[in-house]
Amino acid sequence: MENKQHIEFSADALALAKKLMGRYPEGKHKSAIIPILHIAQSEFGGWLSPQGMDYVAKIMDLQPIEVYEVASFYSMFNLQPVGKCVIEVCRTGPCWLMGAEDIVNHIESKLNIKVGETTSDGMFTLKTVECLAACGGAPMMQVAEKYHEDLTFAKVDTILNDYQNNTKTPISHWSKDKIKP
Amino acid sequence: MPKVTIDGKTIEVPQGTTILQAARMIGAEVTPPAMCYYTSLKTSGGYCRTCIVKVSKMSEANPNPIPKPVASCRTNVEEGMEVLNYTSPEIVEARKGVVEFLLANHPLDCPICDQAGECHLQDLSYDHGSDDTRYEFERRKFKKIDLGPFIQLHMTRCILCYRCVKVADQLTDERVHGVLNRGEVSEISTYITKAIENDFSGNMIDVCPVGALTDKTFRFKSRVWFTNPVSAHRDCKKCCGKVTLWYKGDEVLRVTGRKDKWGEVEEFICNECRFEKKQTLDWEIEGPTAIDRHSVISANHYEKIVEPSLFKLNDIKPFED
Amino acid sequence: MGKKLLTEHFGVQGIQQLQVYKQHGGYASLEKALKKTPDEIVNEVMTSGLRGRGGAGFPTGRKWSFIDKKSGKPRYLVCNADESEPGTFKDRYLMEVNPHLLIEGMIISSFALGAHLSYIYIRGELLYVYHILEKAIAEAYEAGYLGKNILGTGYDLELYCHPGGGAYICGEETALIESLEGKRGNPRIKPPFPAISGLYNNPTVVNNVESIATVPAIIAMGGEEYAKIGIGHSKGTKLISACGHIKKPGIYEIELGLPVEEFIYSDEYCGGIRGGRKLKAVVAGGSSVPILPAELILKTEKGEPRLMSYESLSDGGFTSGTMLGSGGFIVMDETTSIVKNLFNFTRFYHHESCGQCSPCREGTAWMEKILHRILHGHGTLKDVDLLWTLQKNIDGKTICPLGDAAAWPVASAIRHFRSEFEDFVQHPEKHLDVKHYFNQIEKKELA
Ligand SMILES: Cc1cc2nc3c(=O)[nH]c(=O)nc-3n(C[C@H](O)[C@H](O)[C@H](O)COP(=O)(O)O)c2cc1C
Ligand code: SF4
Ligand code: SF4
Ligand code: FES
Ligand code: FES
Repeated sequence: MENKQHIEFSADALALAKKLMGRYPEGKHKSAIIPILHIAQSEFGGWLSPQGMDYVAKIMDLQPIEVYEVASFYSMFNLQPVGKCVIEVCRTGPCWLMGAEDIVNHIESKLNIKVGETTSDGMFTLKTVECLAACGGAPMMQVAEKYHEDLTFAKVDTILNDYQNNTKTPISHWSKDKIKP
Repeated sequence: MPKVTIDGKTIEVPQGTTILQAARMIGAEVTPPAMCYYTSLKTSGGYCRTCIVKVSKMSEANPNPIPKPVASCRTNVEEGMEVLNYTSPEIVEARKGVVEFLLANHPLDCPICDQAGECHLQDLSYDHGSDDTRYEFERRKFKKIDLGPFIQLHMTRCILCYRCVKVADQLTDERVHGVLNRGEVSEISTYITKAIENDFSGNMIDVCPVGALTDKTFRFKSRVWFTNPVSAHRDCKKCCGKVTLWYKGDEVLRVTGRKDKWGEVEEFICNECRFEKKQTLDWEIEGPTAIDRHSVISANHYEKIVEPSLFKLNDIKPFED
Repeated sequence: MGKKLLTEHFGVQGIQQLQVYKQHGGYASLEKALKKTPDEIVNEVMTSGLRGRGGAGFPTGRKWSFIDKKSGKPRYLVCNADESEPGTFKDRYLMEVNPHLLIEGMIISSFALGAHLSYIYIRGELLYVYHILEKAIAEAYEAGYLGKNILGTGYDLELYCHPGGGAYICGEETALIESLEGKRGNPRIKPPFPAISGLYNNPTVVNNVESIATVPAIIAMGGEEYAKIGIGHSKGTKLISACGHIKKPGIYEIELGLPVEEFIYSDEYCGGIRGGRKLKAVVAGGSSVPILPAELILKTEKGEPRLMSYESLSDGGFTSGTMLGSGGFIVMDETTSIVKNLFNFTRFYHHESCGQCSPCREGTAWMEKILHRILHGHGTLKDVDLLWTLQKNIDGKTICPLGDAAAWPVASAIRHFRSEFEDFVQHPEKHLDVKHYFNQIEKKELA
């Protein structure tokens, strides 16, 4: 896992952040904090270190604690390093009814990690999350921005192999190709 | 001016008065306990839910009851409003439930807590709780942290009343502490590398209803009931300079703001008065402070609280630092 | 086949593009609406009888009429696209398939409210839908439907999309507003209500995606026509998200008043229970509403057929009824353990409690721990009673309705399935096949 981060936005990310701050009335640019944290998470390897959050505080002209308070409240922000792909399996009622537990078990044994852990090659982190508004496609999981629905063990295997083979750099909810001003 | 009736007692109050304030004007016998509201802190209140009451009649204009209990600290009175507090068995029962929730994760370390004897939670559980807790799971624990050189945060005891955050927000210039995480694991915390260095930050200690924020300069750890409170003042450029000095023998152990009968400080004081003026010579003494807050200090029933069944589940062990 | 007002064009290839949307009659309602006065539109919506589709079912036109116009402060419309209620996935589908329908609804509704700045607050997990909306919004600006002097009428509107960060509580309207201000999603204490003091302390209306997306249809056909669809005080069509043990999970647009039995068993809708099994229970309006056993969801206590409508579903109150809620229809067959399902729901509320008020913060955690203990075979009959008292001590004592939403599933599960709980604690060996009952919620530590 890459623990040392390059703490600065790319020019595109910075321009996008500025643009987003401009979407709120005069003096209310703090509103943009969540979208900018998404961008930061994408820029900084899938997670937010204190330095990363301080950087966000700096470009938004906020107190660092204001950023910490927000980042720690919302479940999408990782405050610890994660693998290149974060697998988020929905565990809530409707998905549970359709076998979400079995999917989690399957991934755990396939990757040889427990929920909350990262594979030793730094490729996958496994998380469970609450209902992602895809209950009709239960059981389901999200990887970066993509929803994978109607999962079976075989389908999970194919999906994971795909990521294993094609992921060179960390992917995140706000995909890199959408960081454009 | 609207007239409101609480537990059968009627009072006329200025427009914009809350039910809680109106109750305090009538007297302690109708006043609900308040663990998070603090008169001088804007937007405080509403969180702890100990002050809930039943509005049996909304107003003259709309005589319907409000179906659910309301937080008296955040509900304004209206002309002709009728409120039930201690006269409603439903409210008394509901409050017991709230107290049980507040105590569910609270450590049972009163005998070694600095706040013992002036802790509002202790008062609350004595006056409004039930005899027993049914909570049988491990309680939340946190490490103690220092918020700068003067203040210690013992998060394990915190009831998340948000008062200290409001102090930091409203009294100091650069807020460096706040609430991290959410839900059951929320905690008061600080921006790690920075100390809380601000002229008014010490007031957090006074507003904290429990022993979560304490004065690190409290010189000899001593039970409050062995100390003598004395009112004093000095000419201070930063604050009102009106304080209570807490003596043991002829030594000043600590300095706090002056509290009214509801346990709220009358005027906030600066850190210099609080932390740096610990000589009698620094002060003009006015005389002993009357503690008229209904509290375990004056009632001296502390022993009674520690003993009963409330504490039977866990042994009382000191927490390691 | 019932009327399709929202999903009519969902099958159309490329309907996500403005050009195609227009070819199918898109933005005609906007042009029609801009020729009316704002008050006329509000009246039209009031006449239609449309009730909020986010869960509470408050009449939309009435809500609009409360917005404070006297103070002269700027007014905002915020669309609630936080869709996180377990069992509900209609808004996501609607925005993904037909984003311009929502945008057209937003422009008409903003005009009716006199708002010149509006936001769509979409849950952060749906960032891919956020980008779809962004693109559609850009097209709408391009076409002159947004921005300054819309279609030459002199009306200005800026519309932006805003993603959340992952928190169910941000679906609660005041938490949503806090979150949109860049803060933690802590619900505000009401009053003041958003209509008086909402976003940036200015008058604000918060409406669900489906409510707003219905507005173009109401303008097109007229409020009176719309009100002819449906039954009683349940007007129009509603999107139902159907999931669980049914043959055909998915989104169905129904005319309110459809019999529940038909909805579950007819091939036009859910197609019956999968594997030919028997129906055990239904949670009819998203995880927060009371669960009902098969006999009570198909027929009311009086023996009348239960209908998919606000009134019929709540017939019998909490003793024998439930609620339409957000229309998240979760079906459970005879193999389902109600106790385990309840643990799962309770864990959800524990995880999602914002933690501001003590009954919800402590109570949800406590209930989950008790259920966890029961699942692991260490429960007692006293635990079942304790659960009952705890939910009672939470219900109605909290700042926002999440507390109630956590209490009701517990209350209804015990009310209707008490014997199953008792059997579980008395003969745990019959029920134990423990898999993944994590009960810890992750505390985030700074690195
Ligand atoms: C805990 C909680 C979660 C909610 N989640 C949502 C949601 O995801 N989407 C939604 O539209 N309304 C949600 N609501 C309801 C909103 O507070 C609000 O009533 C609704 O957005 C109003 O829109 P409507 O009148 O168009 O239904 C939620 C309410 C609560 C208490
Ligand atoms: S530390 Fe004290 S004042 Fe601050 S929230 Fe906790 S209990 Fe309240
Ligand atoms: S009821 Fe729960 S979610 Fe709502 S304000 Fe209270 S703690 Fe937060
Ligand atoms: S329960 Fe998994 S997406 Fe809704
Ligand atoms: S004092 Fe009113 S809710 Fe805490």
